[in-house]
Amino acid sequence: MATKKPAATKKPAAKKTPAKKPAAKVPAKKAPAKKPAAKAAPAPKAEPAPAAEAGAPKLIPSNPTWETVKIARHPDRPLFTDYLNAWCPDAIELHGDRLVADDPAMFAGIAEIDGERVVIVGHRKGRTTEEKIANRFGMANPDGYRKAMRIMRLAEKFRLPVIALIDTSGAFPGLDAEARGQAEAIAKNLADMSVLKTPIVVVITGEGGSGGALGIAVGDRILMLEHAIYSVISPEGCASILWRDGAYAPVAAQALKVTSDALLSLGVVDRVVPEPKGGAHKDPKKTIETVRKAVLEELRALKDIPIEELLERRYAKFAAMGRFAK
Amino acid sequence: MAWFTKAPEAPLRVPAEAIWCICKKCKAYIPRDEYIAAHKVCPHCGYNGRLSARERIAQLADEGSFREIAADVIAHDPLKFEDASGSYVAKVTAAREKTKIGESVVVGHATLDSIPVVLGAMDFAFMGGSLGSGTGERILQAAEAARKARCPLILCTASGGARMQEGIISLMQMAKTCAAIQRLRDEGLLYISVMTDPTTGGVSASYAMVGDLNIAEPKTLIGFAGRRVIETTIKQKLPPEFQTSEYLLEHGFLDKIVARKDLKAFLAKTIRLLTAAK
Repeated sequence: MATKKPAATKKPAAKKTPAKKPAAKVPAKKAPAKKPAAKAAPAPKAEPAPAAEAGAPKLIPSNPTWETVKIARHPDRPLFTDYLNAWCPDAIELHGDRLVADDPAMFAGIAEIDGERVVIVGHRKGRTTEEKIANRFGMANPDGYRKAMRIMRLAEKFRLPVIALIDTSGAFPGLDAEARGQAEAIAKNLADMSVLKTPIVVVITGEGGSGGALGIAVGDRILMLEHAIYSVISPEGCASILWRDGAYAPVAAQALKVTSDALLSLGVVDRVVPEPKGGAHKDPKKTIETVRKAVLEELRALKDIPIEELLERRYAKFAAMGRFAK
Repeated sequence: MAWFTKAPEAPLRVPAEAIWCICKKCKAYIPRDEYIAAHKVCPHCGYNGRLSARERIAQLADEGSFREIAADVIAHDPLKFEDASGSYVAKVTAAREKTKIGESVVVGHATLDSIPVVLGAMDFAFMGGSLGSGTGERILQAAEAARKARCPLILCTASGGARMQEGIISLMQMAKTCAAIQRLRDEGLLYISVMTDPTTGGVSASYAMVGDLNIAEPKTLIGFAGRRVIETTIKQKLPPEFQTSEYLLEHGFLDKIVARKDLKAFLAKTIRLLTAAK
């Protein structure tokens, strides 16, 4: 509840931030990237190069995809907690993976939304600086993925459908995360979710960052907000590998095709949920309501499908991804 | 021209690679025959040199038993991807020509010590063994073939992770392969994952880690996030043994580390013990 209010009251101020924030962010990111850029200057050709070589603060021209990336990461974009507070303020959070820890970066719990009893899991980024640090900016540890799976098993047992809200830049890259088996935790979730005997509705609400997103994003219906992104690697990461300079992120984002319309045509996403003009942060309340309606609609449609058929369809859906006509 | 008038900087010599293999780790020179006979394991430092998919299959499958499946499944370019150094199509074509295989994994039916199995081996030389749509489809077909034949599936992984040139389609291969393997396992069939150097990123976070048995070769790099990414995130130096197979064994994610020379015998023995295969 507390997080909802500031988001709403901040709205007038928020109007300024989109213009200011990315502008402030760009030079900050450029600075460390300058050195490798100088070395790689001859390699990247075509459009971005002239701008790159012109002056000291190299600027890669933006493009529509990059604007979407900025909206998906907008500080005022509704977060998991905002959805939860609006949909089911009396949801019961369930903690812990029963192995080592409870990961605050991942929410798991049971709730009732418009008369539907559901299990909800999702990445929790946090709004305030304290929350963000505590939640590792929404980057979950293996404990988080295992907790989510444990509660999804509970959903299976009691035949509650699962709603998974995806908003993470990726799984946490840390020493403990590796020691406790980040790879194994995600892999296990992919395998287990593919046969989980209950409907699963996935919504990519903000950032769908690679394996960290996919770790709770195997489902029967994959929804995506209009200005959300979903990618195998962050544009910055891709740019630093393939362009040898993270500053080429806008170019990489475009090449990776991370936007909802592209993913819909690739068959990775089933339905795009429209956002208010300018992005979800312009009217969080309306966005949250639109998503709620879409999720409930999908959920109710899935409930009528016999479970064996549902699993068959889920398998066929993922098996078809990346299968191309010769 | 008389031999003694030849310039000293152009000496007559056979290239070292024709006779010697050089260990990537300790840089020791090893006679080529000896190195090949030892399945590319360095006799000095014990480093497991990378095997191609064909070499791996030759090591594990009984001679002449391998029948490749899904060979017609090759990489596609769903994003029309192009980066600073050229198009994905050009890169994948070059990889195909270099490795003489159609994708980063080769799968097929084989017998292993007379036991019928479906065997797959990844090839790091094919775009870093990256997981593309063709790779995922081949693995799915391997899992389905094993399910149909009701025999064990063995996959030897060697991969840097997802193939970013295929974007989201590459990421989806993680879910796709895991789903196919889960079906196999749910039907009471055996899946053994053999992790070889390196097994990282999207491959470690999918089919490599969901084996009924997860085994690895000694001193293999296995991990999810890259070492440098972790070091910059947590701002501390990582121990040298971090993300090695020995490290994973210690932390409980591997059933066993098996030396390359013992691998075939180990697989045969465990399959017989678990499934009563003859």
